[in-house]
Amino acid sequence: MCVTCGCGQTPATLLAPGDDDAHSHAQQSGHRHDDSCSHGHSHGHQHRTEERTDTNLLAALGRDARTIEIEMAVLSKNQALAERNRGWFAGRGVFAMNLMGGPGSGKTTLLERSISELRGEVPISVVEADQATAFDALRIRAAGASAIQVNTGAGCHLDAQMLAAAVERLQPQAGSVLIIENVGNLVCPALFDLGEAARLVIFSVTDGVDKPLKYPHMFRAADVLLISKIDLLPHLRIELPQMIDNALKINPKLLVFALSAENGQGMQSWCGWLRERWQVARNAA
Amino acid sequence: MHELGITRSIVAMVAERATGHRVLRVKVELGRLSGFMPEALRFCFDLCTHGTILDGAQLDIVEVDGLGRCLACGLQHRLDIPMGRCPSCGKPALTIVAGEELKIREMEVI
Repeated sequence: MCVTCGCGQTPATLLAPGDDDAHSHAQQSGHRHDDSCSHGHSHGHQHRTEERTDTNLLAALGRDARTIEIEMAVLSKNQALAERNRGWFAGRGVFAMNLMGGPGSGKTTLLERSISELRGEVPISVVEADQATAFDALRIRAAGASAIQVNTGAGCHLDAQMLAAAVERLQPQAGSVLIIENVGNLVCPALFDLGEAARLVIFSVTDGVDKPLKYPHMFRAADVLLISKIDLLPHLRIELPQMIDNALKINPKLLVFALSAENGQGMQSWCGWLRERWQVARNAA
Repeated sequence: MHELGITRSIVAMVAERATGHRVLRVKVELGRLSGFMPEALRFCFDLCTHGTILDGAQLDIVEVDGLGRCLACGLQHRLDIPMGRCPSCGKPALTIVAGEELKIREMEVI
């Protein structure tokens, strides 16, 4: 689907191992806005402030309109698909977590380090979502985990259907950890349930202490907060406790880890949490 | 602009229910804490309905105020963003009672 204009039928592009040259699919199979599909943003659609009303239209049509009550949640389809994903994960003892954060917050670097720390112990696979390129999936595979890249094109987030398609290709093994690295964005991913068991938000110490207050939806939707790049703290005029306090103001239930994937600070307790959640999911299946 | 994907869902859901009848009006309930902007929905609605049985339909948006309930003292208070301290006891922990709606309420067909 084209989330830019809502007109296309093109699904998000999946790039499995071996498909790495195929990262131009999004352009090839996607529709273009500069060709015949010109309805996008140039047609002279009428705005509702104009004088045409229902009554005029009805008179013109010479018929009676009827009102039908619907009462449908718009996100219900996504929700139903998310629940199906959740059941799929639970049935196979897969601990699925949705990692969300702005571009450059350190999502992929954290995953590389976590995969390396837990290698040989916790089986991990990763769904990598970006608007374009397969760079991150390549990094994850180089770190030693299996990965599939989803290119969302103009889309700013993953939805449950995109995740289901990615998981079908990736086939995470039973009793493993599936990490979903969402598109770098602190707004939209918070609104779409994917069927994950835990939602994590990551932001770095260089993002500033007021980030949680500026993006309350994301921090409210998360279960876990990861504050990254704490090795940079000596160079910054940033108070870590104040940063944490701001996040807890929005969501007092947040579990907080402050860490550095660069020098390893805080990685032990973060990996401990991941290991624990993995064991719980595996034993429950 | 996640409103585009959402508007597309609205149009698809309404079109499915309309079973070929022309749609004149759609009423949507939108909470102020939902993370979706009414202006953006309106803009997208015009784009997404073009060439469908909703073409030219009017979009009515009923906005719902945010309402939180303090987990400490139970007081219900208005919220403009999905956080806030209780005006009575000052505690930040709350559940959102209203304001997260994104629902199609009704449609008018002919």
